[in-house]
Amino acid sequence: MSEEKALSSIQNKFGSTLANVFQKNKRRVYITVDKKDVPAVCRFMFENLGGRLAIATAIDTRSGMEILYHFVFPKEYQVITVKTKVKKSSMEIESIAPFLDAANWIEREMHDILGLNFTNHPDMRRILMADDWPEGDYPLRRDFKERPR
Amino acid sequence: MSLTRWALKKSPWVYHVALSPCNNCDIEILDLLTPRFDVERFGIKLVGSPRHADALLVSGSVNRHVLPRFIELYKQTAKPCVVFGIGSCALSMTMFRDSYNTVGPLDKVVKEIDPNAIIAYVPGCPPKPEAMILGVVKALQTL
Amino acid sequence: MKKTIVPLGPFHPLLEEAEYFKLIVEGEKVVDIDMRVGYMHRGIEELSTQKTWDQSTFVVERICGICSTSHPMAYVLAVEDLCGCEVPDRAKYIRSIICELERIHSHLLWVGLAGHFIGYDTVFMWGWKYREPVLDICEKLTGNRNHYAMMKPGGVRRDLNNDDFAWVHKEMDKVIKSTEMLVGAVLDDPVLHARTKGIGVLSKKDAIGYGTLGPTVRASGIPDDIRTDDPYNAYDRVDWKVITWEGGDVFAKAAVRLLEIIESAKIVKQCMDDMPDGPIDANIKNMPPGEGIGHAEAPRGEVFHYVRGDGGNSAVRHKVRAPSFMNIPSFKATCVGHTISDVALITAAVDPCYCCTERMAVVERATDKLVMSGRELEECSRKATENLKKEYGSPTKVEKTVQKILSDF
Repeated sequence: MSEEKALSSIQNKFGSTLANVFQKNKRRVYITVDKKDVPAVCRFMFENLGGRLAIATAIDTRSGMEILYHFVFPKEYQVITVKTKVKKSSMEIESIAPFLDAANWIEREMHDILGLNFTNHPDMRRILMADDWPEGDYPLRRDFKERPR
Repeated sequence: MSLTRWALKKSPWVYHVALSPCNNCDIEILDLLTPRFDVERFGIKLVGSPRHADALLVSGSVNRHVLPRFIELYKQTAKPCVVFGIGSCALSMTMFRDSYNTVGPLDKVVKEIDPNAIIAYVPGCPPKPEAMILGVVKALQTL
Repeated sequence: MKKTIVPLGPFHPLLEEAEYFKLIVEGEKVVDIDMRVGYMHRGIEELSTQKTWDQSTFVVERICGICSTSHPMAYVLAVEDLCGCEVPDRAKYIRSIICELERIHSHLLWVGLAGHFIGYDTVFMWGWKYREPVLDICEKLTGNRNHYAMMKPGGVRRDLNNDDFAWVHKEMDKVIKSTEMLVGAVLDDPVLHARTKGIGVLSKKDAIGYGTLGPTVRASGIPDDIRTDDPYNAYDRVDWKVITWEGGDVFAKAAVRLLEIIESAKIVKQCMDDMPDGPIDANIKNMPPGEGIGHAEAPRGEVFHYVRGDGGNSAVRHKVRAPSFMNIPSFKATCVGHTISDVALITAAVDPCYCCTERMAVVERATDKLVMSGRELEECSRKATENLKKEYGSPTKVEKTVQKILSDF
């Protein structure tokens, strides 16, 4: 597959659902989509284009939680990142773990450190934080205040 | 000197405890066993259970999740025992002191369990195997 | 049959780091496995946002002591991606040398531990004995045995002395020679074939589905290596090849790692020969707002770093993904169906940063009656090896591959 092919086939397939495509340089592409389209886009990238899910990053920004799914395309020297935004009022997004085993742990981790809820996740338990860590206290949120030890 | 303290000085058996280290002190501890340093010739031996151990080699700044396990483990160790803090993290938590998940440093944690604990420190990031041998020798001399 | 739960960890003599496995077994057979991590969680992602861009290289170095160059490597690549700066050539070559030295010592460490896991302590001692000269080279070139602190956004922190290279060449030749000996001893041993072949098979489909990385995925026959997939440093300027192996079992993983040592030694020697002169630092003046992605091939697989800056002195978000995070969940596919005694070996084959603290050889002297003399025991062991050879055939395919790689060198 040539360099541009992965990106152009995503554009062909999803066309208008992609809110924004930003090519930072030859090897790094950022695509912004609405949160309801995330599973479909990820599934297409994984099953049809042979992308490998490297990791997902969740960021607490002023306007909401941003989630980034980084896909590596080994044969094209490219990393394509799918960006989406979740409103702080709902904090819910559909899980991609049912068809992508690689996303299982990282979604549990995002739940632990930022309190995002993933619907349809097969196994949502605590993974990273201590057993006695208080429920509803998320260390990577902007409003997290550390208590004195 | 009591009999147990005198016995402690001969051929100390050590148990290795990793309390959220970066793995570097741990591989340097394992390095002690291998042909270049070979501490077994001095009778220092890594054992598989804290109940057999005379000394605990502890590395890393202590984190919340591992703390209850360490308390349990320290209680199981046969007394008297020496606790060695290997590496700068165990001494002062260095760059991890601002982290939300660490509760250390080691001496504070150990003193809370047992106020009379014997604690020795080997600084370095990671300490060289030679430094660890020297630390053990110095600690045993002061007993 | 009744199901039993066997807990493994968190402080287990087999695992150096605290980690908890719950093995659900029927008889001796493992039917399911569950894991709990977090015993090592230090909140580095949050810590890194409290430090400046330059200080963060030291924080990410302390993520793992064995991959202590790969994490800073991926981090500085991410920062350079953010600000779009070009690294001087000499810095690229120096970075390659340090990264490959780390790979050699890490793989030798693994070979030793894997030998120890299956009760072959000679390999443990060999692997760690031959690792020491590599650490000596690191100490001479960088000043420390493990945490090298060589990486810096925009270049490297200190220069290498060209006069040292003759000595390093000589030492590398010794490392290659001892590795060849190890390759012969490990891959041609019928006992090891019997113990490791067909154990913990990771199929191609699972390897892709779980997103496994590094030697774990290359042992399943997929040539996935960031050094060629997204070339960084000087890897596209030197001659080397990606090692893959078919099978996906423990033996394949061992073979990949052993042969990679020789490839890495090749890269180090070529980098020293081709080392250009010039500056070693691009001197980044200001950090624009934006985001950057960097990934590098650590000994265990791809290390992935994502940074986002707002134009200030430090990152607002720094995401770190270590290779074991993707490799450990694949135990669900590899461990199920094997016996408990195999689980230790299978988990070790992924090299999830565990080590062994206990010497497992137990000598029991219940009676002081001499049952068998040393010579008789030796005879017994020879016979058993002969029988195994007959059963499994002599390992000709392996021999041929190894010889081809050695002759290419």
